[in-house]
Amino acid sequence: MSDYTQMWSSLGLDLKAHDALLSVLGGAYTDIFLSQKNRPEGMKYFDFVMSEVHGLRIKELMDAKAQGRKVIGSYCVFVPEELILAVDGVSVGLCAGAEFNFEGAETVLPRNTCALIKSAFGFKLGRVCPYLEASDVVVGENTCDGKKKSYEILGKLVNDLYVMDLPQMKSETGRALLKEEYRKFIKKLEDVSGKKVTTESLQKGIDIVNAKRNAMKRLAEIRSADPAPISGLDALLVNQVYFYDDPVRFTESVNKLCDELEERVKKGIGVYPNGAPRVIVSGCPMAVPNWKLPMVIESSNAVIVGEESCVGERGARWLTEAKGGTVDSLLDQITDRYFQVECAIFTPNPSRVDYVKQMAKKLGAKGIIHYSLQFCQPYIVESGIAEKELEGAGIPTLRLETDYSQEDAGQLKTRVEAFIERINKK
Amino acid sequence: MRCAGIDIGSRTVKLAVLERGRLVLSRKSVTTYNPLQTACDLIRDAAFDTITATGYGRHLIKGHIDCPVISEIKAFAVGARFFSRDCRSILDIGGQDTKAISLDEEGNMSKFEMNDKCAAGTGRFLEVMATALGFTLEEFSSAALSAEKAVKINSMCTVFAESEVISLTTQGAARNEVALGIHRAIVSRSVALMKRIAPPGNVFFAGGVALNGCVRSLIESELDRRLFVPEDPQIVGAVGAAMSTG
Ligand code: SF4
Ligand code: SF4
Repeated sequence: MSDYTQMWSSLGLDLKAHDALLSVLGGAYTDIFLSQKNRPEGMKYFDFVMSEVHGLRIKELMDAKAQGRKVIGSYCVFVPEELILAVDGVSVGLCAGAEFNFEGAETVLPRNTCALIKSAFGFKLGRVCPYLEASDVVVGENTCDGKKKSYEILGKLVNDLYVMDLPQMKSETGRALLKEEYRKFIKKLEDVSGKKVTTESLQKGIDIVNAKRNAMKRLAEIRSADPAPISGLDALLVNQVYFYDDPVRFTESVNKLCDELEERVKKGIGVYPNGAPRVIVSGCPMAVPNWKLPMVIESSNAVIVGEESCVGERGARWLTEAKGGTVDSLLDQITDRYFQVECAIFTPNPSRVDYVKQMAKKLGAKGIIHYSLQFCQPYIVESGIAEKELEGAGIPTLRLETDYSQEDAGQLKTRVEAFIERINKK
Repeated sequence: MRCAGIDIGSRTVKLAVLERGRLVLSRKSVTTYNPLQTACDLIRDAAFDTITATGYGRHLIKGHIDCPVISEIKAFAVGARFFSRDCRSILDIGGQDTKAISLDEEGNMSKFEMNDKCAAGTGRFLEVMATALGFTLEEFSSAALSAEKAVKINSMCTVFAESEVISLTTQGAARNEVALGIHRAIVSRSVALMKRIAPPGNVFFAGGVALNGCVRSLIESELDRRLFVPEDPQIVGAVGAAMSTG
């Protein structure tokens, strides 16, 4: 590994704390990912990306910045990457999945804030996230109350926080609001980058993102095979890398992985034995390095075959139709695409559960594990509705509420094991 | 064939041996700081052909005693049917956690709930509160049963409840009324868990807390259902583990 110390200090990182974070991350990665048996060759690329997550990729961002391109960081899949690419910007996901500097975060946020938000603040206040520090603009969005209100505090901590409003109902006015907000976002992007969004540039952005999403859809479909050709942990990792890798290179790597997995399926090769209990994880997003629950599930000899999550199908499954010769008509398509995202901040949100049912059928899953982060009202409330409906449809469902700590690992394991024993019966 | 089950709980380790469908041996021992050693001591001179482990310490014995492992939820689901052939709903209040389990007609687990990660509302909570009030566990239950009214306990956190109880008694609250308040607090938690899974029929009540008469009568009246308590409610998990291999 090259020495990136210079780059990190120029970004203002706290080198000591950053070293500590990297060593924990590296250790966890080795224990959780590299120890898996019979991994696809194609995962090597993602291993490499992870090993250089704060190195080479940041260097690329810095090089892009040196060429006058802007880095746009965001916390939600409602921020359209297509628009960022249309001004030749670089889009990075800032979702934070580590229990780092929560003491610091709790000096500005209440304790009963979800771990995702706390982690984002812990990173900022502890100065350990090079993605955040490299971002020219940080985009916030009015989704859950936790994020919405904490952006008021984050705004004072970062150089340029841009907050977009989001609808909470899938109504006509809701859609109009979304489109208007996207239009304003284009304006913002044009202002910071000094570049214009044109039909061509937007079309190009759409094509790049569509290709990336198509690759993810392909991966999602392959996972319907039994035996499972790839572990849920590895597939989750690909979904996580989705948010900060170079989109074109990422797409190629996912497609290459899929080629290999398709070969595996043909030959009947899997990472788990044929007939291993299959589950879907549905709920809150899981950002790097939040691998806790998948690790518990897969170490209990079940295999995760799909994620109904923003780091998963909810984030990637819709494409943007690219028709129409004007920026405005393309913007319409983009709005339509994002307006379908089934986030629990919408009320009501029935299509989410419908899709979980479809996934269970398509992927041959025997049960759903609903994952909520503690204090995440939207998903916790919705989990009750979802459980009732899924159980009613004969799909066993386990509702879990957890955070980033290891405190409840034993309890979690007991619940997961019992659930797997339950679905294994049928 | 003799099938053994060992249930390594947070407070007690239990061993059960079944032979031709009969319980031929059962033993218990306090978990101590070394559950693995306790488990080994417990099985040392017991005769059996197969053994299955369960309980929170089930994974601890990996590498020491090589045997299949099942979750304590499954162990209780299976074990309850040994004592009560047609039971459909199980409540287990152990040292560290509380579980509510519902079964379908064939005895397969259909739903379960567990308490949150802390010890609020479990056997350990009762123990700490009894000590705070200067009772043994037996005295604690009968004192609570003797109270006409309960003093409400606001905190369910073991640590805070302990200081709350002490301050209540220094303020002159009757010990038995405080005792009843504590029992009520535990019961309301367990009843809430039961209601969430709403299983049918009589309730099979297992775990160390099932030995507590006051908890039993409060649960019966709150749920408005009959309870079935086996002779030794602590052994159910170990029996379930033994049955799962037999
Ligand atoms: S869960 Fe909702 S708020 Fe969170 S990233 Fe997804 S769409 Fe955004
Ligand atoms: S996990 Fe829930 S509470 Fe946390 S940021 Fe996402 S929607 Fe908000």
